[in-house]
Amino acid sequence: MAKTLAAVIGVGQTHYRAKREDVSMPGLLREAIDRALEDAGMTLADIDAIVVGKAPDLFEGVMMPELFLAESIGAVGKPLLRVHTAGSVGGSTAIVAASLVQSGVHKKVLTVAFEKQSESNAMWALSVPVPFTMPVHAGAGGYFAPHVRAYIRRSGAPGDVGAMVAAKDRQNALKNPYAHLHNEGTTVETVLASQMLWDPVRYDETCPSSDGACALVIAAEDVVDSRGIESPAWIHGQAMRSEPLAYSERDQVNPQAGRDAAAYLWKQVGITNPLEEIDCAEIYVPFSWFEPMWMENLGFADEGGGWKLTASGATALDGKLPVNMSGGVLSSNPIGASGMIRFGEAALQVRGLAGEHQVDGARRALGHAYGGGSQFFSMWVVGSEKPA
Amino acid sequence: MRDVAVVGFAQRQMREFVGSPNCVELLVPILGELWEQTGLAKSDIGFWCSGSSDYLAGRSFSFVTAIDALGAVPPVSESHVEMDAAWALYEGWLKIQTGEADSSLVYGFGKASASPVRRTLALQLDPYTVTPLWPDTVSIAALQARLGLDQGVWTENDLAEVAARSRTSAVGNDNAVRQGETSVEDVLAQPKFSDPLRRWDCAPVTDGAAGMIIVATDSPLYERVKGRSATITGFAHNTDASSLGLRDLLRSPSAAAAARAAGADGSTTYDVAELHAPFSHQELILRRELALGEGTTINPSGGALAANGMFCAGLARIGEAASRIWSGEARTALAHATSGPALQQNLVCVLEGAA
Amino acid sequence: MSTESLHAQMHVEFAYTRSLGPVLSTFMTGLAGGKVIGGVLSDGRVAVPPPEYDPDTHAPITEFRDVAGEGEVLTWSWVSEPVAGQPLDRPFAWALIKLDGADTGLLHAVAVDSPEAMSTGMRVRVQWAADRIGAITDIAHFVPAGAEAAPAGPDGADGGADVTGITTPVVLDYDYVASPEESAFGRGLKEGRILAQACPVCHKVYVPPKGACPVDGVPTNEPHELPDTGIVTTFCIVNVPYLGQKITPPYVSAYVLLDGADIAFLHLVLGTEASDVRMGMRVQAVWKPEAERTFSLENISHFEPTGEPDADFETYKNHL
Repeated sequence: MAKTLAAVIGVGQTHYRAKREDVSMPGLLREAIDRALEDAGMTLADIDAIVVGKAPDLFEGVMMPELFLAESIGAVGKPLLRVHTAGSVGGSTAIVAASLVQSGVHKKVLTVAFEKQSESNAMWALSVPVPFTMPVHAGAGGYFAPHVRAYIRRSGAPGDVGAMVAAKDRQNALKNPYAHLHNEGTTVETVLASQMLWDPVRYDETCPSSDGACALVIAAEDVVDSRGIESPAWIHGQAMRSEPLAYSERDQVNPQAGRDAAAYLWKQVGITNPLEEIDCAEIYVPFSWFEPMWMENLGFADEGGGWKLTASGATALDGKLPVNMSGGVLSSNPIGASGMIRFGEAALQVRGLAGEHQVDGARRALGHAYGGGSQFFSMWVVGSEKPA
Repeated sequence: MRDVAVVGFAQRQMREFVGSPNCVELLVPILGELWEQTGLAKSDIGFWCSGSSDYLAGRSFSFVTAIDALGAVPPVSESHVEMDAAWALYEGWLKIQTGEADSSLVYGFGKASASPVRRTLALQLDPYTVTPLWPDTVSIAALQARLGLDQGVWTENDLAEVAARSRTSAVGNDNAVRQGETSVEDVLAQPKFSDPLRRWDCAPVTDGAAGMIIVATDSPLYERVKGRSATITGFAHNTDASSLGLRDLLRSPSAAAAARAAGADGSTTYDVAELHAPFSHQELILRRELALGEGTTINPSGGALAANGMFCAGLARIGEAASRIWSGEARTALAHATSGPALQQNLVCVLEGAA
Repeated sequence: MSTESLHAQMHVEFAYTRSLGPVLSTFMTGLAGGKVIGGVLSDGRVAVPPPEYDPDTHAPITEFRDVAGEGEVLTWSWVSEPVAGQPLDRPFAWALIKLDGADTGLLHAVAVDSPEAMSTGMRVRVQWAADRIGAITDIAHFVPAGAEAAPAGPDGADGGADVTGITTPVVLDYDYVASPEESAFGRGLKEGRILAQACPVCHKVYVPPKGACPVDGVPTNEPHELPDTGIVTTFCIVNVPYLGQKITPPYVSAYVLLDGADIAFLHLVLGTEASDVRMGMRVQAVWKPEAERTFSLENISHFEPTGEPDADFETYKNHL
């Protein structure tokens, strides 16, 4: 059976800040939802179903918050799903929403992902001590930093590649009005001079903790055509893969789940050389070194070659494959929403609506997210044209 | 829509599971049972999805280690909902409808005995104006029950009939936490727990897990499945408001809407209905909203009043309904799942056996 | 050795800070001032508490109305066994209360001695808390309307300033039960032994042992005791302080692959300068004194370098 073709026709984002003290949780979500609906030329009354995504409930201290949010987000009288796949959730949520359209079940689906991290403390929520279990003595950064060290050792990358990524993403963020961090004057030198937090990861190479939400409106082909939507982002393909957190000889630098998901995605979309055929990418880089690591994992570079792409400037806004034009997770990180922001920013690029951080002529873009201990992956390719 | 059939179902429900919060020790034998029932192997599964809650386990990412039970190497296409696994089944069904998968294995688990679950569930309420008072879930259901009593929508006797029938039907159900030949008088002789509700009107605290395999009937996989099959002919869910003050607590419009969308408009008399009603009066609300008449046997398993494994009891209703079709006791069945306070979210899955 | 599962109390506590936005701020500011404020819905009804958005039009609620502190019970239930955090620690009633001037029910507690004292339609009034801060708990509970009035406390400490946030403590206690594999492992650690297990299918040695081998989905049930020596595969140097941290930075958090194990686990490497720790460095466990041991890997205080030559990268590259 043929999948119904679906497109992103609305993208809405909140301004990302450390603390959005001006709004409640419902207010935060509505800020993103209302912008997405306006972009799509719709109201809540037009929407058939809603999919909510966020990371652990302990962040906000509300169990299944979509239940109390139902009225505020217009879900009363509609199907409402809540996805939680760790850090990849923003991407997974968008994929579930797309599936609702692609399956032919619904025509117009609203999806929203959020995190209001200022309600608690992410470091606390992620490391509540579990009896009989060895505590991670290092928080989230401490979990990933050893794998960064392993990457550097395996690839022979020079020590400043992470700083190049951080400087690029922070510069890109200056062109994105929604970005949390607007750190003027960030350069490779200032990043290298910032405090070493989880050696080999420096302060400026880590993501902030943000409040924020991102919403998308996804519609079926006939809705897009009949409404005369001018700039849809057609969903060309999507993939999700998971693997266990800890198994013997698991490759934690270049996880198989990510490689498999990418391979499946490229095949679906008919891409044989992603570096040549993808115009730009928003990928989930919470620590700067994950850019070169994911370049390899996604097949943009051979194993050990990801850092060379970064170092050559290929991933800069004017490079061969611009990466994280929005400033990425390094500049805004409301965890549950971060994946959807990547998916939404990819859509904005192919719609030509990315504003100052627009890549000229972007026709096909990748949105990517990962979560857990680099074990959950979700990604999609969107395009300005209907897929061939 | 593609025809999709329930071909395997296994569960473990108990009063207190002495084991880890992610219930891996239950999931391992449940998966084993599913492979045995269907003759399928993990490499045959196109999509996996689970339902569970971090707050039941008391820690973030509690579903992550549950994945160990799958043996997900090489990696699998997989997702998770922070909902009852009945909604995970919906996501699995959806994936099959897109054509991206031909089969799906879904599972849910919850260990309610780890903390007072009626208190924990207060975290599902409005965090600004309600949760700070910690209204427990039993008290909230009791507000709903009293409203119906006061307005003459049901009587104490009606509630007792539901409780007595559920306990009696559960006799012989290995997964029942509560069961026993019980009369209406026996129920009425029980003291009130949360007036107007008696303990037997409330689902027992249950630890449990459940798993299910569904397969598209147009796929070659379906030919390989051993024997059992119950086809999903309708599948939908819907949502009500959460505000207890703004809702009509005697109605569940979302249950009715889900039933209509699943094609259960009252014109069919189902042989069996498995309703996820954690409180006896909620069964009465559901029977009305789902337009279930006299000809339908309600909750032959004993329903949620016999066992209510958190985040898997809804999936278990679908599994119990499918089991009646497999056994030939029923040809048509309606299964229902609920989530949230006082029946806020509702899902309906309609199943059919061979004509 | 006992095969019973190990239990432990798990305590989860955080005081959540919630910003309110304009509608809830109006409501909470009212409470701090000893007033109950409702929101006017698009159909003209007055809802208490005010929803942030209209149920029909989804537009923000912008019109408010003061309602009375007295009203009528729409429905009620009896709490015979209160749970922690509820407004009263003795049996009491919950009720949906329609305050005079409102059209919807507010959920709150009613303090009476027995269910016989409750009835639908009865009149109740607010009993304000002694100290009002701008939270739903400023209403301590309701009492029957005829009851003698307790003195109302003073207005919010800020003398009427807008309440823009609330703090909500969430305190939960769990009975944590370890898996059979984890329990056996924990008991071994108490004796200073590392009782790993191998998967019966792939024969990989897991430490800690697992209820399910992540590759094969079956319990790792083949006993396989390991020495307390191994190597550092990879690591980071923690320089950052964070909430709940137990050791003063800087220190090394490392993946340690024990000799004979097929998986590394995170532990601490101390007893040497952090800058001297290397990938491939050989280390040995430093155990806590027996009297301090529990059932956790924390019985190993940390690992220290043995001084032996480093392992060759090739021998552990598959464990990164």
